[in-house]
Amino acid sequence: MSKGIVISPDKCTGCRICELTCTFYKHDNFNPKDAAISVLEFYDVGLQVPMTCLQCDEPHCATVCPVGALEKDETTGVVNYDREKCIGCKMCVSACPFGNMTYSPRLKQVIKCDECGGDPQCVKLCPSSALEYKELDSNLERRKNFASYFKEVFGEVTK
Amino acid sequence: MYGWTGKIIRVNLTDKKITVEDLNMEDAKMYLGGRGLGSKILYDEIDPKIDPLSPENKLIFMTGPLTGTYATCAGRFNVVAKAPLTGTIGAANAGGHFGPELKFAGYDGIIFEGKADKPVYLHIYDDLIELKSAEHLWGKDVFETTDLLLEENEDDARVACIGPGGEKQVLFATVMSDKDRAAGRSGLGAVMGSKNLKAVVVKGTKSIGVADKSKFIAATMDARSKIDVNGVTGKGGGLPTYGTQVLVNILNEVHGLPTRNWRESYFEDADKISGEYLAEHFLIRNKACFACPIGCGRVIEIRDGKYKGIVAGPEYEAGWSYGACCGVGDMDAIDKANHVCNLLGIDPITMGATIACAMELYEEGYITKEDLGGRELKFGDGEAIIYWTEMTGNREGFGDIMALGSYRMAEKYGREDLSMTVKKQEMPAYDGRVLQGMGLSYATSNRGGCHVRGYLTSPEILGIPVKLDPMDIEGKPELLKTFQDLTAVVDSSDICLFSTFALGLPEISEMLRTATGMEVSDEEVLRIGERIWNLERLFNIEAGFTRKDDTLPERLLKEPVKSGPAKGKVTELEVMLDKYYEVRGWTEEGIPTEEKLEELSLDKESLATV
Repeated sequence: MSKGIVISPDKCTGCRICELTCTFYKHDNFNPKDAAISVLEFYDVGLQVPMTCLQCDEPHCATVCPVGALEKDETTGVVNYDREKCIGCKMCVSACPFGNMTYSPRLKQVIKCDECGGDPQCVKLCPSSALEYKELDSNLERRKNFASYFKEVFGEVTK
Repeated sequence: MYGWTGKIIRVNLTDKKITVEDLNMEDAKMYLGGRGLGSKILYDEIDPKIDPLSPENKLIFMTGPLTGTYATCAGRFNVVAKAPLTGTIGAANAGGHFGPELKFAGYDGIIFEGKADKPVYLHIYDDLIELKSAEHLWGKDVFETTDLLLEENEDDARVACIGPGGEKQVLFATVMSDKDRAAGRSGLGAVMGSKNLKAVVVKGTKSIGVADKSKFIAATMDARSKIDVNGVTGKGGGLPTYGTQVLVNILNEVHGLPTRNWRESYFEDADKISGEYLAEHFLIRNKACFACPIGCGRVIEIRDGKYKGIVAGPEYEAGWSYGACCGVGDMDAIDKANHVCNLLGIDPITMGATIACAMELYEEGYITKEDLGGRELKFGDGEAIIYWTEMTGNREGFGDIMALGSYRMAEKYGREDLSMTVKKQEMPAYDGRVLQGMGLSYATSNRGGCHVRGYLTSPEILGIPVKLDPMDIEGKPELLKTFQDLTAVVDSSDICLFSTFALGLPEISEMLRTATGMEVSDEEVLRIGERIWNLERLFNIEAGFTRKDDTLPERLLKEPVKSGPAKGKVTELEVMLDKYYEVRGWTEEGIPTEEKLEELSLDKESLATV
């Protein structure tokens, strides 16, 4: 059993409350540049895509870290970051294939989502349910949605 | 420093001098920010009698103490200047993300003065502030300009700019940010154009702190919980589901939807221009401004023609001006015309209402086919609203006359009475004969015909905070004063007025207190709003406005409503106006008394010059 943050860009309104909540909760002030989640807009198609750490099973960031400051917790699924161990080399920033690992020159630390220890604040305040925190091995809802498409199509041809 | 950043950029465009000044904290506490603080600076620094399009005018971008935090709907900024359309003080605000970005760069606002000899734009990246040539951008539309500026600067910066409308000083040109968010009314884009200032590009990486973290969280969560369950703003509520156009059918039902240049107040095709229709046929998804849980913005699809693509849908008032006011029941045409306004940077409310006025002047035989380059201009013509918006934004043909707004256009034919304006600015989508309180609101608004200075539609139609009979005048002047004062607070905190469907003075005051550390009671916060309202009034009085300007078009005062529950009614303005002045503590001539000014800590000296 493992929970994770599930993102649905089709529901995102681009309000950035996730970014604001993240930096306020973690660093006591508002600065989207220091948030571990960020929303990217594709204006031409009217889409907003929230991006955050995907907590990889084979985390490249942890592999390249020379001091073991990043470590996958097999129970929670989260790749944890230890600021005390971190030497600020930014190897992890280069290694992350998604660009979800950033370095804040203001805070002198790596910015990386830790799912707030199992209670992600961004998810709590997301007004459009574009962010959800749920069991990853089910995803029944989305499957049901897509299955309903088959229901329609096959319902038609098998009449 | 909490809430505010404490710094303001001053740019003298004439001699290209840029300075960073400390924010006057005494003024900040008395006027908050945004509209209030911007107006205070303008009032202190310019002579209200100047020509709005001269280099003597100043153009002020101002954020509020809540901008950039996650206080509900607190992502706005105001643009303030003497307004070219009205000659009054002008303030218009926009959402999107520009205001917060300016705060993250470390500034509460920017004051532009003078005039550049060649087109320029201002680029801000934290401590780097520079004027750059905009000659290659002059003539380009808002979308192209924005894309080019992001390409040549940081691609995650934010852009506020003008389009051809502002460059050519269309009197109702807008300042656009994030492509489709408009500081829309009063023609502040024309002021920007008159200064040869094409755009402001900003990227910020600094932090904004609040005075009391845990209390600020509590205040914001309290506000958020009220917004989330409110019938207008909450999940499944009117605004998220249908956008502001949810109002079309509601206003039409009470025959309060001004139709064909306000000759009628019921539009037979209302259901074809409604929020419901838009949602069913054009809506792709909702879009929110910064820190907004409501998300009333519409992302829509234009399916054919030269404007094909995914764009921003019209607001209620824009949909009305092009729709009911022009007698056009064609949503597709309205969407396109509204998009042209965004591209060219002009205000769709004034644009649509000016076309409607031209349609009546054409019907009455004043404007001829020759004037229009051989075209007809009849009520209901969907092609015409798109065509004349393009012509006006570019000031071509008869569009050059329309660019002056309906009042100056109708004046040329001696028929100012057909211009549905207050202080030369077009009134929006609520009939002041049916909604008596809105009638008084239009007449007394400090920036001319406008719905968002005292939105009495809220109690008169939506029943928020209490349901009042729209046709009754009892208690309306008193309620309008409170609404105007509270709205001044909202606009000066730079939170969105729509949040006030769910929030009142206590919620807003608590967010202000906990963010800034100001020790003020709710009453004192409301008093700030009253101070702002009176300061704006002083500006207008000094600019030459008197009681006779606090009026409505003849049509509202003399032509009774033709149908519906208010049939036979006109706006009972004079009675309400007398009472309103009394409640305001003003003389019968509408001038604040010395006692009132003293009570509000406003300078009495200014009145000596009147």
